[in-house]
Amino acid sequence: MAGKEYRTITDVKGPLVFLNKTEPVAYGEIVSLRLSNGDIKNGQVLDTSDDMVVVQVFEGTAKVDRQAGVTFLGDVFKLPVSTDLVGRILDGAGRPRDGGPEIVADEKADIIGAAINPYSRQSPHDFIQTGISAIDCCTTLVRGQKLPIFSASGLPHNDIALQIARQAKLKDSDEEFIVVFCAMGITAEEYNFFRSDLERTGALENAVLFVNLADDPAVERIITPRLALTAAEYLAFEQDYHVLVIYTDMTNYCDALRQIGAAREEVPGRRGYPGYMYTDLAMLYERAGIVKGKKGSITQFPILTMPGDDITHPIPDLSGYITEGQIVISRELHQQGIYPPINVLPSLSRLMGSCIGEKTTRDDHKKVSDQMYAAYAQGRELRGLVAIVGEDALNERDKQLLDFSAIFEDRFLRQSRDEDRSIDETLNLCWELMSNIDTKYLVRLDEELIAKYHPENRA
Amino acid sequence: MSNEGQIYRISGPVVTAKGMSAAMYDVVRVGDEGLMGEVIEIHGDQSVIQVYEDTSGIRPGEPVLNTQETLSVALGPGLLTQIYDGIQRPLQTLEEQMGFFITRGVDADAFDMEKTWTFEPVASAGDEVSGGNVIGHVQETETIVHKIMVPPNVSGTIKSIESGDFNVTQTVATLEDGTEIQMMQKWPVRSPRPFQTKYAPDTPLITGMRILDFLFPLAKGGAAGIPGPFGSGKTVTQQSLAKYSDAQIVVYIGCGERGNEMTEVLDEFPHLIDPNTGKPLMNRTVMIANTSNMPVAAREASVYTGITIAEYFRDMGYDVALMADSTSRWAEAMREISSRLEEMPGEEGYPAYLSSRIAEFYERAGRVNTLSGEDGSVTAIGAVSPPGGDISEPVSQGTLRIVKVFWGLDAGLARQRHFPAINWLNSYSLYPPSLDQWYRDNIGQDFPEIRTAISGLLQIEAELQEIVQLVGSDALPVDQQLTLEVARMIREYFLQQNGFDPIDAYCDINLQYRMAKAVLTFQDAAKSAMGAGSALSDVVNVPARSALLRGRFEEGYIDRIDDMVKAMVDEIEATVEEN
Repeated sequence: MAGKEYRTITDVKGPLVFLNKTEPVAYGEIVSLRLSNGDIKNGQVLDTSDDMVVVQVFEGTAKVDRQAGVTFLGDVFKLPVSTDLVGRILDGAGRPRDGGPEIVADEKADIIGAAINPYSRQSPHDFIQTGISAIDCCTTLVRGQKLPIFSASGLPHNDIALQIARQAKLKDSDEEFIVVFCAMGITAEEYNFFRSDLERTGALENAVLFVNLADDPAVERIITPRLALTAAEYLAFEQDYHVLVIYTDMTNYCDALRQIGAAREEVPGRRGYPGYMYTDLAMLYERAGIVKGKKGSITQFPILTMPGDDITHPIPDLSGYITEGQIVISRELHQQGIYPPINVLPSLSRLMGSCIGEKTTRDDHKKVSDQMYAAYAQGRELRGLVAIVGEDALNERDKQLLDFSAIFEDRFLRQSRDEDRSIDETLNLCWELMSNIDTKYLVRLDEELIAKYHPENRA
Repeated sequence: MSNEGQIYRISGPVVTAKGMSAAMYDVVRVGDEGLMGEVIEIHGDQSVIQVYEDTSGIRPGEPVLNTQETLSVALGPGLLTQIYDGIQRPLQTLEEQMGFFITRGVDADAFDMEKTWTFEPVASAGDEVSGGNVIGHVQETETIVHKIMVPPNVSGTIKSIESGDFNVTQTVATLEDGTEIQMMQKWPVRSPRPFQTKYAPDTPLITGMRILDFLFPLAKGGAAGIPGPFGSGKTVTQQSLAKYSDAQIVVYIGCGERGNEMTEVLDEFPHLIDPNTGKPLMNRTVMIANTSNMPVAAREASVYTGITIAEYFRDMGYDVALMADSTSRWAEAMREISSRLEEMPGEEGYPAYLSSRIAEFYERAGRVNTLSGEDGSVTAIGAVSPPGGDISEPVSQGTLRIVKVFWGLDAGLARQRHFPAINWLNSYSLYPPSLDQWYRDNIGQDFPEIRTAISGLLQIEAELQEIVQLVGSDALPVDQQLTLEVARMIREYFLQQNGFDPIDAYCDINLQYRMAKAVLTFQDAAKSAMGAGSALSDVVNVPARSALLRGRFEEGYIDRIDDMVKAMVDEIEATVEEN
């Protein structure tokens, strides 16, 4: 069917082109536009009927006029996949960006992807040690999980993501991850930071980069993560790799979605974002996981910046409903000069329970984590009270908890950008810090564990 | 006009066909691949269809075939232990047919049509039967007898009925007028199944969760809403209910939720033992899993599929509990389809009929006298996921208008690791007046009074806390400090419950009653000891009290608790003499 060129554009609006009188065009079909100056643009069919076809143009509609020629390519968007992808840098539409050759395809995969049958999934249960205490102890990452970083502008989420990419490994194993990195609308500076870090550590050879920068077409961002996840699925489920997908910044992706919704004059949902954004995000996030009978896995680390540091904004809100927890970066801690400024209180890993304990991490992990969390939460709350009544009004227990919250931030949270703490080191550190509190106040620890691990008893 | 037409337009999951005669909610087959869809709007000779599978690659001009049936579920032996997608295709069969990704255009029977079941008639030739009458039994799982009923719109005199092994499509009984009755029947999901009368509920659904059974009970046949922001434990609460509630049949709908969470349920349930029967939980469970990335129209259908299955078991005289997690995703599916239809939106882009759809759904719950004269119930428990945790949004409000029980999950409590994170100050249940008699007769004569005392203390604590925020707890008079201690005991010992602890996860209702009494006994003992000169700290720190508190994580607590309470009272009294 491909080949016939139509010159029947009626309207051009935002990223959309409307045309009429065509052959039957498939929903989702890929379209090529030839401009009068010879430029070629690509697009996809969003709505099709006997009378009218709506095409979304990935590169934006600049210079598109009613004389542009439109060719329907007879197929939905596919990415050529092969192991040659590893080590390559591609642009947001999947074309080489590193000056290398075109990808030679083993096969072509539909980028929309299909849902994994819940019956075929394997429950994630392999503990990933990130070497960051706050994550390993309190919001433990599991292989096959999707755990986003909720950050905000001006915070070091990129450093944290890179540190995780560098250090992440299974306990007692050297098995490495393939990193699939997907940039959506980030600045060239941020991109260079990622790339040079990956180059410096040699990780680039084991990575695939899909890059759409801030000055690249916004609409292209709709397909960039789909390309990245299609590559990830191929590497994980066909080639048995463990894949870590980092994508940044989801906020730019959602804004691109809103832009298309607005151009189509759709009824907007909250804050102008389309009503189907939940489903749309789920189609990305749910592509994480492990499948029974396959060796590989996909673990996702989406990064999003919360507009106005507001966790109830639709982007973090809808993400939180889909992902299996979240790591929340705190401006307050960052301003105190603490790296990584992870606020463990609103952070959560839903799959943590399945991967910690005697067989995987250590028998005390769950209770230590609960106790650290509870003591820190109470200590933080007391700070508010102290501001009103002064420290002298506190009883002994409260004073200890208040002091503990400061130690927690200074010694437990704080670590350097290349400090890779093993889970044993992290848990031992917890015990050391908790020994600043009288044992009788450590109600979440049982006597057996105290006898086994408390520094007083170990000496 | 014929049954066949052509596609005119495709926009996401919404397809318009022309040249086809259609009635509302007819099921149609769309395109060359025969994708399943449902007619949801008719304009002249155009029918608007919502398609239950991905529509990429479909073109205008492809055929559309009207099956002239409405969306129906198959009902019969083989339902239990199944895991379905939103339109009752078994996920296991889908895996066998298309691998681990769900692609499209695959049809699958709801259960094994070839498998034979042993049918034992309970009616005999010459009996007058009408719709809903039970004519035979099949032992479907170890614990559940599947009662074979006459389909609701059939009646007559039995001409012949046979016992023996049959598959679900073979005739087991014939009526005088020639009507043949099979073990399997079909029912359209959007119509409630008929019954004789609806009763007022008078029995609680015992869930084993203290805060629910004790403070905010749900009746069998009632409806409850669980709104809460993400991370507040909606899914854990729903799963606990599915595991431990004393319903005979559980229908669990994972509607637009996480794939890994569904997998966890699928992995876990076959290994869990029902505390009420001692048999695997899976034996009484039907699951529907339509995760967030599965087609949105099938998500819209999934809650109807689930509740129709629930009603079918209700008609056999069972108490059925249905969990829908989450109804917000169902509402969003409606919104998505509505906006593709370019309907005039109501609040926040939801269709104007949102609240009536929610009400219709919950109205299908209830305790009824079935067509065969038995007592059966469907209890509906819907999770709601309000954006940003703000329950002023339309789905929460539409739900609260209709349900009688509100279990409000609270992000603040979850953050303090207080689980279940149900806020005791804003949650409510309107059932206690109709359930109190049951509690008095079956658990303890003073049960309602104890409940009032416990919730009263929590209320007072909330008021005192406001003062403490300003002046610190040491500034309060000593009797109020005691009240705070007692309230803390209620929160930490009674309301908190560890859903992952093998012992604490399920708490027998008799034990709940004794634990609540233990708190009040502590209060009385402490009050009189302090009246006689003991210090609050001495009273609170008696060793027997710590033993009482920790005891709930140990096996056999119900046998020891009375002795432990007595030991605590003795030690508290002893503090008076030391002074």
